[in-house]
Order: sequence, then structure tokens, then C-alpha cells
Amino acid sequence: MSEFHERYEMVIGLEVHVQLKTNTKAFCRCSTNFGDSPNSNTCPVCLALPGALPVLNARAVDLAVRAALSLGCVVNHRSIFARKNYFYPDLPKGYQISQADQPLALQGSVALPDGRRIALTRIHMEEDAGKSVHDRYDGFTAIDLNRAGVPLIEIVSEPELRSSADAGAYLRALKEILLFADVSDCSMEEGSLRVDANVSARPYGQQEFNTRTEVKNVNSFSNVERALELEFARHCAVHDAGRTVVQQTMLFDAAADQVRAARSKEGSHDYRYFPEPDLPPLVLSEAFVEGIKCALPEFPSSRRTRYTSSFGLAAGDVEVLTATRAVGDWFEAVVARCGDGKLAANWVMGDVLATLNESGGHIAEFPIAPAQLGDLIAMIKGDAISTTAGRKVFAAMVKDGGEPKAIAEKLGLLQVGDDAALESWIDQVMAELPDEAARFAAGERKLQGVLIGAVMKKSGGRADPKKLAQMLGKRAGG
Amino acid sequence: MAVSKDDVRHIAGLARVGVPEERLDGLVAELNGILGHMDALERVPSRGLAEIADATRAGMPLGADARTSVPLERARDEFAPLMRDGFFLVPRLATHDDAGDAS
Amino acid sequence: MSAPREWIPAGAASIAAAVRERTVSATDIVRESFDRAVAVKAGADGLNCILSSDRDASLRAAESHPVGGALAGVPVVLKDNIATTTLTTSCGSKILEGYISPYNATVATKLHQAGAILVGKANMDEFAMGSSTEFSAFGPARNPLDTSRVPGGSSGGSAAAVAAGLAPIALGSETGGSVRQPAAFCGIVGVKPTYGLISRFGLVAFASSLDNIGVFGRTVDDSALAMQVLAGDDTTHDATSAPRPAPTYRTDSRDLTGLVIGKPREYFPESLPALMREQCDRAIDALKARGATFRDVSLPHTDLALPVYYIIAPAECSANLARFDGVRYGMRIDGDGLRGMYEATRSKGFGAEVTRRILLGTYVLSAGYFDAYYRKAMEVRALITKDFTDVWASGVHALFTPTTASPAFHIGAISDPYEMYLCDLFTVSANLAEVPAMSLPIGRVQGLPVGGQVIAPKFGEVNMFRVAYALESELGAEAHR
Repeated sequence: MSEFHERYEMVIGLEVHVQLKTNTKAFCRCSTNFGDSPNSNTCPVCLALPGALPVLNARAVDLAVRAALSLGCVVNHRSIFARKNYFYPDLPKGYQISQADQPLALQGSVALPDGRRIALTRIHMEEDAGKSVHDRYDGFTAIDLNRAGVPLIEIVSEPELRSSADAGAYLRALKEILLFADVSDCSMEEGSLRVDANVSARPYGQQEFNTRTEVKNVNSFSNVERALELEFARHCAVHDAGRTVVQQTMLFDAAADQVRAARSKEGSHDYRYFPEPDLPPLVLSEAFVEGIKCALPEFPSSRRTRYTSSFGLAAGDVEVLTATRAVGDWFEAVVARCGDGKLAANWVMGDVLATLNESGGHIAEFPIAPAQLGDLIAMIKGDAISTTAGRKVFAAMVKDGGEPKAIAEKLGLLQVGDDAALESWIDQVMAELPDEAARFAAGERKLQGVLIGAVMKKSGGRADPKKLAQMLGKRAGG
Repeated sequence: MAVSKDDVRHIAGLARVGVPEERLDGLVAELNGILGHMDALERVPSRGLAEIADATRAGMPLGADARTSVPLERARDEFAPLMRDGFFLVPRLATHDDAGDAS
Repeated sequence: MSAPREWIPAGAASIAAAVRERTVSATDIVRESFDRAVAVKAGADGLNCILSSDRDASLRAAESHPVGGALAGVPVVLKDNIATTTLTTSCGSKILEGYISPYNATVATKLHQAGAILVGKANMDEFAMGSSTEFSAFGPARNPLDTSRVPGGSSGGSAAAVAAGLAPIALGSETGGSVRQPAAFCGIVGVKPTYGLISRFGLVAFASSLDNIGVFGRTVDDSALAMQVLAGDDTTHDATSAPRPAPTYRTDSRDLTGLVIGKPREYFPESLPALMREQCDRAIDALKARGATFRDVSLPHTDLALPVYYIIAPAECSANLARFDGVRYGMRIDGDGLRGMYEATRSKGFGAEVTRRILLGTYVLSAGYFDAYYRKAMEVRALITKDFTDVWASGVHALFTPTTASPAFHIGAISDPYEMYLCDLFTVSANLAEVPAMSLPIGRVQGLPVGGQVIAPKFGEVNMFRVAYALESELGAEAHR
């Protein structure tokens, strides 16, 4: 296969369908809840009963515009919906309401990790179809229209990807942005993100694109990469044999690790697009678009740059803390409270995330609030307790909740910085270890650690070791 | 522009209206008769006019994202031709591996 | 006991007032309606204008409905393409034979809230495609004034129901003239509102950008009353609904001083039969007598209206009727697999005219033909619309034209599809331009009713009704001679 890559250039374009996380469907007010009993979330509109009409969901528009702005697109102030006509049992109207000539947004791009940008062609809004289940009833296909009408955006990339690895990177980067924008769950397993991959092969140096095919039915990003490799190889073999690639839809069969043609009797469809007469043009004011733009969250790439420069964190740590918007937000709330990015980073990564990994929970459900951790870190930083004591307080807070100061007091972990108390303990230790005390006083500075250790033991770990060192230093006459 | 029998077969297929062979000649004549009158439009040169910019219509009204769908006053299985366990049933697709167009 | 007074001929406004004052009960009126239906043979054995009705259910509804509302106790007939949860909504088609809608159209709900009682669903050309109600799958409807003739179409059943005295008000639908033309043929009033004024939610779509709910009444006043009840913002259910409140159309004014009425030359061609021209001239004199000034105007693209209509309407209908596939409701006929089921269902379920229009529509949208036909038609539609706005801008408040070139023809007289389309010649432009228009009786030609048409600017129904009220008043009984 790598031999093909030496002689042919892989040309890839991706069409990604993303379900918008609205409460209700695109054109009716039925619930979009996943997993309800079949056809329980249907109404005259999404059942396409005679006389029903579509009314567009305002929140779907909000989320679609948010997604478009997050990807750097130009949002059209006026866009038109269109009917895409074809017959399929899970398409109740016999047409899908989509957008053709004047879509919601144009251009935009997705940055790959190495900084290269892949241009987008467009983003448009459309409705999802229902689900067809083929093997549940012998001789029948079962139709569930709960999903029919769920709002989607289709994100179309320019055919600028040149390797399956880049295709995977593009998808991962796109998903990260859409998750940060909080417009979709982006789950390929649940079907809220679906990929149609277009691929063709051409000799290096050839300007024109050769015929492409479309690969569907891929359920993970790594499978997208695999399917593209397989289909590319097939194209190359066809070219080598002097034949032309037939434009058709291909399906990926993960179990058999092969791509094969969809058994469709028709060639390319004639969708007979025309402007949707039931929906006037969607007009979005400048103010509306600006409003959504202003409310956009900070995106992963900017956040990474900021964490590196503001907090001086290493690349690996930055990756972990910016992996999700939720973790980054949590981390910054801790920093806001305690004022120390490095300490906060250590605690969030080392203690919080470690605990979460074991319990498998989401940071939003962590038993400690970021402000509380911030307070704890501030106490350690201010020498109110030692780091070791801090870990005990943390554990107690995870188990039973509560405020760090109160817990530290209760557990008797507050560091004692009181001069008199410290002097008293030092005196006692000196008395109990006369030999070491004498040698220390004579100048053996290395015994300081032993003496501090003894005081720590006597004080139950509460003595402030820094202060002890100062005091002992004074006593030694230095 | 005239339509042929093949054209009519093709569009009948697209529209899933199943025209029997014996009806084809008659339909071709009828459709060509009607289409003949459309030639009058050629007298107007194409200017690629934008849609009617209608000042009296202010863009698309939107609906709030709340669960207020119109309720059904009869159960689905009362008007459905064939239903089982809540699913609408149709004859099994011969090309069921075809993931359809919007999957 | 003296013979009960006949209320239906008194009109909706009188009935509603009397019911509210408890002079008469809604059940009495409904009984009168059903007795009348029997007397005129409204069913399949006679006029065939009513496809479904249920006397007991209507009486129960009349009994239980709280007294009150602008249409209190008024019996109404709805065209069978308007969704109602009682009675059927068959659209005059086998594919929906026996179908009972699980939800109500907005207009049905509004009538109910105004106190009206549904007494029947009316016969119609299948899916509103036709101009005579001869294309109904359930047999043609007949004109009550001459049962060998058509009542017009596609809302022929509704028009006949009002003309025969079953109800003072009926609803129809208009896509190219399907309310105005039957009104003219049956000697009653028929109104097409501005596109978007009355909600289309629950009106089974034929051509979405052209469809309107329309109103029939014996008098201008009853039509105005019904329009007031039905008009208004329904943007929660219909995105093409105009977001404005319903104005008042009823008026006592019969004076047209200061009003300029245009007479478009394209609607008075050489070929207009002399008898029809006479009736129009008499109507024009009547309007002048009330103070209106007339002006000759031109709507230069009128001759392109039918070609434009017969591209756009079939195109939209081919998509609107794709949902009738036997999967979720309606007729299902098994065939060879799924595709066989689609084709068997749709070929048996749809009649010849519907099939013709679906094929025409699919063709004009198909790859390679879209620009030449559909895109071109949309461009010319914009020109037709501009013809009207130019005329209004020149200082004209309304237009007056004949509604049709001739009165009702005999059942079976027209067999050529395009000749049938010519029935819409004077009505179709108003649908393309989205303007309101209405027909009212202006006289008789060879003993049969003919109608005069008043057209007004978008949302200009107030002036349109002013003209109609004045004309009706001035003509008086002459309108039916």
C-alpha cells in the first residue's frame, strides 16, 4: 500500500454531520432525547402528516451560528432553505429540508496540531432522517422517526487533506472545537457526529482531480483513516489497470476490514433541489451574529498559548489541562482563588484528575469545588499547613466535604508557627537529645535536619519546618 | 422542448408513480401539449433576477426550543397501515446495506 | 306550532346574533342544515357536494358548545383538504380515503373557538388540482343552479354547499382561483386573502407558495365576518404566516368617493364574450354610481401567468405529494418490495390529473431542466408581481375584472388538460402576486351566474371589501339576474 503512496497523491475531502444539542427538533417541538421508545417523539410535523408545516428552532440557529463562528466562517446574513427530494422510508416528507445555494456559512478552517490549516467550503443547516432497522422483523424494515427532524449542521471541507493521518487529525481537531463551543455531544458512538469521507487518487503533479468516491458507515475516527487507506488503494489499482473509477457510494465493513460498493440500483441521485417555499429566508442581523461571537468561549489553541506563557507550564501539562473545556475552566477557578498556576496545575493533575480517573467521574461532579481547593493551596502556600497535611485535608474533603480550614483545625493539622510553642518544643528536643544538641551548637549544621525531624515528631507534624530552621539557625549563632 | 417515452419512464421512476406501459403514449402527448404552452416564457430574457425582495415580509419567524409540539388526538397505530411495537413497518429494503442518504 | 323560521338564508351574522341572544339554539340551526342537505340531496345521490358528515356528532357538538362567539351556532362546511379531527380529510383522493386527521387545522380550531359547528367536509378536485371538481376520486359535484353543470373547482363542493343553503359560510382553498371561480359559477361570494394572512397549518399542501385558505359566503358581509375570525398571526405553526393582527373588514360604508379602480386591459380581451362584457360594464357603472373613478391600466405579463403557474405549482406539488407513500398513513398497496409498494400505492391512489402534475413538476425540477423551466418561471413570477405593484404605485386602489370568461360549463364538456387550465386565466395572477382578490355575483349569462372580481394590494383587504360591499349594495337583486 505504501507503494501506491509513492506514485499517487491521496486527495481527501470530509463532510461531517453534527447533531446540534437542542431540546427540540429543527422544525417541530418534539423532544430530541436519544433512546426513547420508537416513534414516541413524533408529531404531525415530523410524521409528515397532511397539512403539517415546519417552523425553525431558534436555538438550532444559535448553535449553528456559534459553530460557524468557532470555525472562523463567514456567516451569511441571509440564507435560504431548500428541499432535497428523494424517496426513503425514514424520510417522511419524501424530501429533506436542507440548504443548497445560499447556506448558513462559508469558508472557515480547521487547524491541525502542527499548525497547518485545512479550509472549509461551507456549513449548512438541515434536518436528520429517522432510523431504519432491517433485521428485527423478518421480511420487514422497521422505521423509527424519533430522530427524524433533529437539527444537524453539515461541515464540508475543501479537498485539501492529503493523508489518512491528516484526516484523523482534522476530525479530532474539529471535534475538540465543537465540544468547546458546546454545540453538540460529538459522539460517533451515539451518532451525533457522522463522517462521509470523499477520496480520490491522482498522479503527483496532475492538476485536475480524478473521480472520487464517498465512503460511509464509518463509526470511529481511526476507522475513517483505515477506510480511506483501503479505498485509496482500490482507486490506485483501478488507475494502474488503465480503467476509470466509477463514482459511487462505498460502505466500510469494519469486521471484514474492507470497503465495498453500496448495493444501490441508481447512479447518482437527482435531488431536484428548489428553495423551500414553506420557509422565508433566514435573516440574521449584524447585532445577532456579533452577540454570538462575543459569547464564544476561549478555544483550545488560545488557551494553550495562554497557559504556557502566563503560568509557565510545560507542554505536557498544558495538554492535560486544556483537554476539555470543563477541566480548563475548573483549573482556572482554582488559580483565581489561590493565585499560583504551578501549584494549582500540580494539584489538579496529580490529585483531582487522578481521583477522577479512578472513580470515572466528570470534573463537574467532583466533590470539592475549585474554590475550596484554591483555599487549601493558599493555606499551604501561606504555611498554615504543610503539603503533607494538605493531602490529608484533601482526602477528608473528598470523602466528607467541608472547608479546608475547618477540617485542618479539626484534624489538628494546622501548622504551629507560634514562636513560644516552637521554642518550647526545641527546648524539649534539645533536652532529650543532649548529645546532638551539643554537637549542633558546636557547629555541626548537618544535624539541623535531625533536630527538625525530632521537633516535627514531637509536634505531631504541626511545627512549621521553615520557622524551625530559622530558629535553630539563630541558636547556632548564624 | 419535448419529452420522450424514455423521459416519462425516467421521471415516473423518480416520482415513484408507476406508469403502466399502455398509458405512456397518452401521457407523452398530454405532457408535450402542456409543455408547448410553456415556450411562451422564452420571450422574456433571462436576467437572473434575485428573489422578490419583499419589504412586507421580515425574514423567517423562529420557534422557541420548548417541548410544545402539536399533540396527536389519535394514536399512531390508528392511522398507520402497519405498525409493530411502535415501529412503522415496510417491506424489507432489498438494498438494505445502502446506508441511505442522510445516515 | 308554526313552521320554524329558516335561519341559514339570513346569513351568519344574523344567526350568530340570534344564538348569542338565545332567540334560537345552535342545535336548531344544525338541524336546519341537515334537513336542507337531505332536501337538496347533498350526498352522492345528488349534488355530491358533501363527502362526509355526521348528524349526531354535529348535534352533540352544537349542544355542548358554550353559547358565544362571533360565529355562534353557525353551521360551516370545510373543504376536504382542511384537517379536522372529526369527519374525514380525504382531499378528494383514494390515497386518503377514510383518513381521519389526528390534529386540527388552525382555521378549524378558530372556527370552533368562534362558536361555529362543523356540519360537513366538502367534495373537491383531487388534492385541489382542477377547475371543476370533476377530478374528485369520489365523483363530480354538481352545480345547485343547474345540476348538469359543474360547480367549478377545486373547491366546488364548498361553493355548492353554500349555494344550496346547507351553511352560510364554507371554507375552501385557493392555489390558482379555486375559490373565486367556483363562487362565480355558483352565484356566491368567494374570497382569496393575501398570502400569509390566514394560517395554512392543517391545509393539505398542493403548491406551498400559492396555497391560501379561502372563504365562501352568500353575502359580502358574511365573508368579511369569516375572514375576521380566520385572519391573524400563526407564526408558531406556519412560518409563512404574516405576523400581524387581524383587522376589521366589516363596514357599513357603501360610499367609494375618492377610490380609484383600475380596469386592466388584459382582462377584457377581444375574445371576452359580449354577454360577459355587458355584465361587467353594468357592474362598473354601479361602482361609478357609488363614487369610484375608473382608470384603464395594464398588467403586461398577464399572458405569461398560466405558463408560470403551471410550472411552479406542479413543481411544488410534486414534492408536497411525495409524503403519500403508504408508510405512515393512508392507502397502502403491496408490490414487489418497498419500491413496488411505493409505485403500486401511488399509481392506484392518485388520479390522472394529479399524476400528470406530479410528472410535470418532477420534470421541470429535474437535472438539466431546472434553469429553463423552474428558475425562469420564478423570474417571470417576479415580473408579474411587479406589474401589480407598479399599478398600485400609480395611484390605483383596486382592480375590477371578470372572474371567468364564461359561466359554468357542462360536466364532461372539457377533456383537454390545458383547456381546463384556461379556466384560471383571470384568477391565477393574484395567487402568483400574493395579492387578495374576491369574486361576487354581478349578473347572469344565459341564466347562469357570473362573477366580477375585485383585486387589491397585499394586505389591502379593507379596500377590497369596501368595493365589494358597495357593488353588492348598488346591484341589489340585479346581481342575480
